Amino acid sequence: MNNIKLENANSPVIKDKNSAISTKASLKANRKFKKAGLFTLFVGPAFLAFAVIVLIPFFTGIYYAFTDWNGVTGNVAWVGLDNFKYLFTEDKQFQRSFLLTIKYTLVAIILTNVVGFGLALLVSQKLKTKNILRTVFFMPNLIGGLLLGFIWQFIFIKGFESIGSITGLSLFELPWLGDEKTAFWGIVIVSVWQGAGYIMLIYLAALQNVPQDIVEAAKIDGANKWQVLRHITMPMVAPAVTISLFLTISSSFKIFDVNLSLTNGGPFKSTEMLALNIYTEAFVNNRYGLGEAKALIFFLVVAAITIIQVTITKKREVES
Amino acid sequence: MDKKYTGKTFTVEILAILLGLVFLVPFYYVFSNSLKTFAEILTNTSALPSVLQFENYINAFKQLNYLKAFTNSLIITVASNVVLVVFCSMAAYMLVRTKKKISNVIFMIFVAAMVIPFQSIMIPLIKTTSSLGLLNSVWGLVIMYLGFGSGMTIFLYHGFIKGIPVELEEAAIIDGCTPFGVFWKIVFPLLKPITVTVVILNSLWIWNDFLLPQLVLQDASLRTIPMATFFFFGQYTKQWDLALAGLVLSIIPLLIFFFSMQKHIIKGITSGSIK
Repeated sequence: MNNIKLENANSPVIKDKNSAISTKASLKANRKFKKAGLFTLFVGPAFLAFAVIVLIPFFTGIYYAFTDWNGVTGNVAWVGLDNFKYLFTEDKQFQRSFLLTIKYTLVAIILTNVVGFGLALLVSQKLKTKNILRTVFFMPNLIGGLLLGFIWQFIFIKGFESIGSITGLSLFELPWLGDEKTAFWGIVIVSVWQGAGYIMLIYLAALQNVPQDIVEAAKIDGANKWQVLRHITMPMVAPAVTISLFLTISSSFKIFDVNLSLTNGGPFKSTEMLALNIYTEAFVNNRYGLGEAKALIFFLVVAAITIIQVTITKKREVES
Repeated sequence: MDKKYTGKTFTVEILAILLGLVFLVPFYYVFSNSLKTFAEILTNTSALPSVLQFENYINAFKQLNYLKAFTNSLIITVASNVVLVVFCSMAAYMLVRTKKKISNVIFMIFVAAMVIPFQSIMIPLIKTTSSLGLLNSVWGLVIMYLGFGSGMTIFLYHGFIKGIPVELEEAAIIDGCTPFGVFWKIVFPLLKPITVTVVILNSLWIWNDFLLPQLVLQDASLRTIPMATFFFFGQYTKQWDLALAGLVLSIIPLLIFFFSMQKHIIKGITSGSIK
């Protein structure tokens, strides 16, 4: 600012036409330079941190996926597709984790959305306790997965045993975390308990946007509750369904904390999901190259899910 | 959605309350058992404690090094929030107001990178940032949170700033205000609603985050609450009296935060998810 003022003040003194033009040009260049400097000053710090922390590691990671890097020896050798070949032919644990994660994701998204939508319908009624109930249903979502896993470790080991002996229900007397099948359902229960309240909030916001006059009109025309739900509420809530589905898909696919603290992949690595498998490969087995190959596959799946999500949401926006 | 409170609504209400209680059962078990002796936990898990054992909490508080862990978590969360709000609001503002191709390109890179899962970055991140001196340091961790959080934060600010009319800023520039002055004195105060959302979303994420601090901070004295709980639980497996008291201590700050900011949290989370 100061420079510009000075030059402006000087310019009337200069009588020569040519030099006046050159001052004008330098003024313009100066302004441009200033703008670029300002741009760098505003955007630079965030972008620098982002580049160093996210972009550079991401791209070097892709390179390391094709090497035998183990982090200890200095020399990193290019091995081409060997890591990927190994993963798909020999690494049975990786394949098991991959399939398990897909199975888990399917189960978790269905249950979380069904429970979440049910809760939203429930707390959108004219209940006296609806505000307290909203808080209660949402509360587990606030606490990180790690702590939730530990809470439920106690519930599954001691709480269920006690409930079982009081009620006599055999369901509670199973060795929940000690058995492959029930341990899987244990993880599902915890993540539904955690995620349903969050999904409830999204559906609730959508439900509150359903215009009541349409619902009233339908009722006057003789529609019953189910018909109102099926033909008015559901279509109006559809965009929220898309959002919720994809939120749960990517969070379920990336599950780590609950997996670590509840079962730690056990018993015998039977509940080890992909994110935990990558972590173990890299930081327990110290096979970084292999870990990176897994991480790259992991990224491709997550990216594919997100791209499909964005395309679908965009399409819907255009239609509506 | 009838206006009247009928008998049917009452039945629904009872069912809803029962369901709410089911949701709270895990909390009941953890809280009540954290106040029992070890023997009582084993024999009487479902009952209320016969004599309240506050020693559990005193022991867990010491063993967890709770005050230290709490301070670490607080410093990391507050500092990360400050740098995220300052640098990302500035960046988003400039990206919106500079109508050039480069702004769009940079914005798209930030948004696209939100897709990358943490697991795809962590290995090179930990192995290469050690050379930058970012490992085993709280400030290193804060810079990492700036890097990881910038995509989402800039995205939220960007959407909000687009809706702010530019005329106000132009008037201020004519009055001789510097670009920094325009941003901090005029634009930033207008961003308050989105800043609240950003701070809530980032606080919950950073406070609860386990894996990144676990990989970055090696010194026991730098442990955050989730890390301290993790080591504590591993050390005292099956010693439930201590473990549960420690767990309650770790949950309490979150509950206080939630109940004091409930309205903002629910609003913030709903608006953050829909964008």
